[in-house]
Amino acid sequence: MRVGVLAIQGAFIEHERAFERAGHIVSEIRQSKDLEASLDMLVFPGGESTVQRKLLHDLHMTEPIWQRIDAGIGVYATCAGLILLANEVDGKPNELGRLSVLVQRNAYGRQLGSFQIHGSILGHQDIVMTFIRAPRILSAGQNVEILSTFDGYPTAVHQGNITAFAYHPELNGEIYL
Amino acid sequence: MEDRSILNRNLAQMLKGGVIMDVTTPEQAKIAQEAGACAVMALERIPADIRAAGGVSRMSDPAMIRGIQDAVSIPVMAKCRIGHIAEARILEAIEIDFIDESEVLSPADDIYHIDKTRFSVPFVCGARDLGEALRRIEEGASMIRTKGEPGTGDVVQAVRHMRKIQAQIRQVRGLAEDELFEKAKELGVPVSQLRIVHETGRLPVVNFAAGGVATPADAALMMMLGAEGVFVGSGIFKSGNPSKRAAAIVQAVTNWQDAKLIARISENLGEAMVGINENEIQTIMEERGI
Repeated sequence: MRVGVLAIQGAFIEHERAFERAGHIVSEIRQSKDLEASLDMLVFPGGESTVQRKLLHDLHMTEPIWQRIDAGIGVYATCAGLILLANEVDGKPNELGRLSVLVQRNAYGRQLGSFQIHGSILGHQDIVMTFIRAPRILSAGQNVEILSTFDGYPTAVHQGNITAFAYHPELNGEIYL
Repeated sequence: MEDRSILNRNLAQMLKGGVIMDVTTPEQAKIAQEAGACAVMALERIPADIRAAGGVSRMSDPAMIRGIQDAVSIPVMAKCRIGHIAEARILEAIEIDFIDESEVLSPADDIYHIDKTRFSVPFVCGARDLGEALRRIEEGASMIRTKGEPGTGDVVQAVRHMRKIQAQIRQVRGLAEDELFEKAKELGVPVSQLRIVHETGRLPVVNFAAGGVATPADAALMMMLGAEGVFVGSGIFKSGNPSKRAAAIVQAVTNWQDAKLIARISENLGEAMVGINENEIQTIMEERGI
């Protein structure tokens, strides 16, 4: 697959390495002109969602990216990426939302609340799942497939062309595609 | 403890490609967040004012830090004095996201740094060369930044430190395995840390630039030299239009390779901080804690 990794802020290099290791061709998306490349998948990396949203806007990237999403390009989003794509964040509707989930930001508290667990996803057992100041998926719509859970809440979801994670598969070099 | 050190290094990874801004009030913190800061550093006085005021400078009032924590959703950092274990414990008790054991404040201990492996919260520390960086990492720092010369608006020291660290990393990369022991002795670092640099060609933790960054071009320069992100101290709120300048620096860090874009965002930013040249200052902060 040809994979475009949104490289404006956050752990994008970790995603690039993980996708390359899995045999995909990776390019960086830093400006809207980088979207002209032919791509099969867009990756939204972890980082700070407020920064990423602001940069997408300032760099005039929101519209072209969301057009590609609506046209059906595969989307892989972790942590901050999940927040950018959730229909509702902290009780407020998100106009850029494309996932029928309600998300609470920093749901486990500040950095002292960050944690690691071992879980299973898509048939992979004993996978290390790292939550860094992570969001919680409070609820998911009926059209959303839940791929993994922790403490009764979904931690990875799939809907249409979008797969999104509350934790960071890339930090452990896993992308399970 | 081992798990927390990984989680803490992971948080630093999430800050990469971002700008961490010094703020002194909740209002400034909100301006910084809206301008695209990936974290804020809460402190009572920005380095330029610490330098101007002179005297002993200490950890900020916890109430002031809490006010900033309540005002923003991005990570909040705060500074403790070098070697001041109690200040660090206080910052941990108020659940700060990152502690900066900082030479900008007056050192509390002129020999020992804090044993950061005993803390659950992450630390960032300054370094002027590879030896300092690896000593701080061995002590438990989850992130490194150049020391620069805070509060001057002069980027020359940050450039010097970043160039030196990168040059030393390239040199270590080129050594033979059996030359690492002597090199470790020369740098005053554990050979285990040096081996990681030798194998990976980078520091074991994220490395930011700090000190004297005042313009989008300064930020882009530091990224060109290998910084993974930038701290901006006095450069924003000592300038004419903080919000616009902050947003421009954020964009410059993302698109440091695109000079046309940086030219456009550098237009009409208003006055940059006045600054002082390195040979005009009397207190040399970078020499604190080596």
